[in-house]
Amino acid sequence: MSFNFNDIKKLFIRKPKNTLEGTENSEQPTNDSEAAHIPDKLAEKCEKCGQIVLSAEMEENFNVCPKCGHYKKMTARARIGMCAENFSELFADVEGKDILDFPGYAEKIAALREKTGEKEGVVCGTGEIGGVQCAIFSMDYRFLMGSMGHAVGEKIARTFEYATEHKLPVVGFVLSGGARMQEGIVSLMQMAKTSAAVAKHGEAGLLYVAVLTDPTTGGVSASFAFDADIILAEKGALIGFAGPRVIEQTIRQKLPEGFQRAELLQEKGFVDRICERKDMKETLAAILKLHCAEVSE
Amino acid sequence: MSAYDIVLKSREKGRPTAAKYIKNIVEDFLELHGDRRYADDRAIIGGIGYVAGRPVTVLGIEKGEDTNDKIAHNFGCAHPEGYRKAVRLMKEAEKFHRPVLCFVDTSGAYCGIGAEERGQSEAIANSILEMIRLKTPALSVIIGEGGSGGALGLCAADEVWITETSTYSVISPEGCASILWKDSGKVAEAAERLHLTAQELLKLGAVERVIEEKGFSTEFYEGLKADIAAFFAKKCTESGDELIAARYARFRKF
Ligand SMILES: [Zn+2]
Repeated sequence: MSFNFNDIKKLFIRKPKNTLEGTENSEQPTNDSEAAHIPDKLAEKCEKCGQIVLSAEMEENFNVCPKCGHYKKMTARARIGMCAENFSELFADVEGKDILDFPGYAEKIAALREKTGEKEGVVCGTGEIGGVQCAIFSMDYRFLMGSMGHAVGEKIARTFEYATEHKLPVVGFVLSGGARMQEGIVSLMQMAKTSAAVAKHGEAGLLYVAVLTDPTTGGVSASFAFDADIILAEKGALIGFAGPRVIEQTIRQKLPEGFQRAELLQEKGFVDRICERKDMKETLAAILKLHCAEVSE
Repeated sequence: MSAYDIVLKSREKGRPTAAKYIKNIVEDFLELHGDRRYADDRAIIGGIGYVAGRPVTVLGIEKGEDTNDKIAHNFGCAHPEGYRKAVRLMKEAEKFHRPVLCFVDTSGAYCGIGAEERGQSEAIANSILEMIRLKTPALSVIIGEGGSGGALGLCAADEVWITETSTYSVISPEGCASILWKDSGKVAEAAERLHLTAQELLKLGAVERVIEEKGFSTEFYEGLKADIAAFFAKKCTESGDELIAARYARFRKF
């Protein structure tokens, strides 16, 4: 950055600490007494360390907090933007159905659409990564934490079907708290539907790379997330079948440090490689390049 | 009966477990153990036998009968090894062109440290993926609780049948009430809203057949056995590719 954060901060009106937005927690350092109230788009508060960071600086640092290294959650489109060029969206019109007429669900979806500008929890399309054309899907935490209902499953299945038809590799940015329980059994069936589409794509000899991000749990983790040929995991991501709280309640003990984190999954043999966010694009490009290399003898 | 009454019934003490179905439907059952990777998970029992003279591979998620038996079978909550054993036996069935019959009864796959560290997600994902592209017929019968991903791991079949007081759901009504409404008093309402009963599932197309229980009498097992035999007789005339295409369409419609 060409300017200093302290200089910028002076431009804004100081307000008492207790008016700051965001989650206050015990881990918050005590030396942020000079924290200022800063307009939304110029600066933000790190959700982990609580320190104020310039948004431009955060973005330049791949949405990793420059103060503490925390990985800020990224929207589906921001993630695609970080890794791919010439993205062209597909299946944008696929919408969910409130098939069970579940109380409050239709209203919730309508409000999320309004708030996020997205119709559902996954963005799909084609684009280039390192010059290699591929099909891409990217899940969005803002939409009920990327939970999988009909629309999410349908878009992902269609992405694999499209990729099979056009002989393209698939790169998937996975983020999900699991099933969309408001859609009941239809939500569960998405696990089988997406898996079937992945299987067909794989049988055509095509590559599927999954990037597991924080969090990847439940029905999504127990289906297409772990069906990939190569599984990358973002540093520190929570990855598991059951959520940590459910496990703690079941076994009635505290979980060890680092449990269900990407690093432990690599150690136990369930992810191919941990990837730092800043290296994601290059890593994906290298994998894609190798898979379309032609060998001249 | 309300949806919640059916939920309670599906978990009722003394309800026949998978072992009882196998005993009554599968002739000369020979149990085969282990996933050839790590362990033998007793929550999923598997083996070979005959249904009306036809060789089959059988899998059952077993809750156990008395207290010691329940503990031995981990109350029907499988670890990754259970799903890996299931896949091993399914692939074996495929090799020898015999159909796969699954009895499903689980509140869900086990949640615990070991299960997570040994890849519960990967094991279930792989079981769904392998079952859905199996080149041999597969039929799943839900006989109690069809609990979420743990049940689906053995339900990626050509058809799924369910006995009339069984359930199949993405989440337990207790889980739904506490996560969504933060109110454990709303369990009965959650059961209703989730449409998890046999009749509701039939309407939604999630199961093909609801089986009358007839008090779990001899007549019940004989009837079910005849239906299973007829189903396999029909499906065994189809090629592997036809089976896979039909299975694809079955799940694609959701
Ligand atoms: Zn921070």
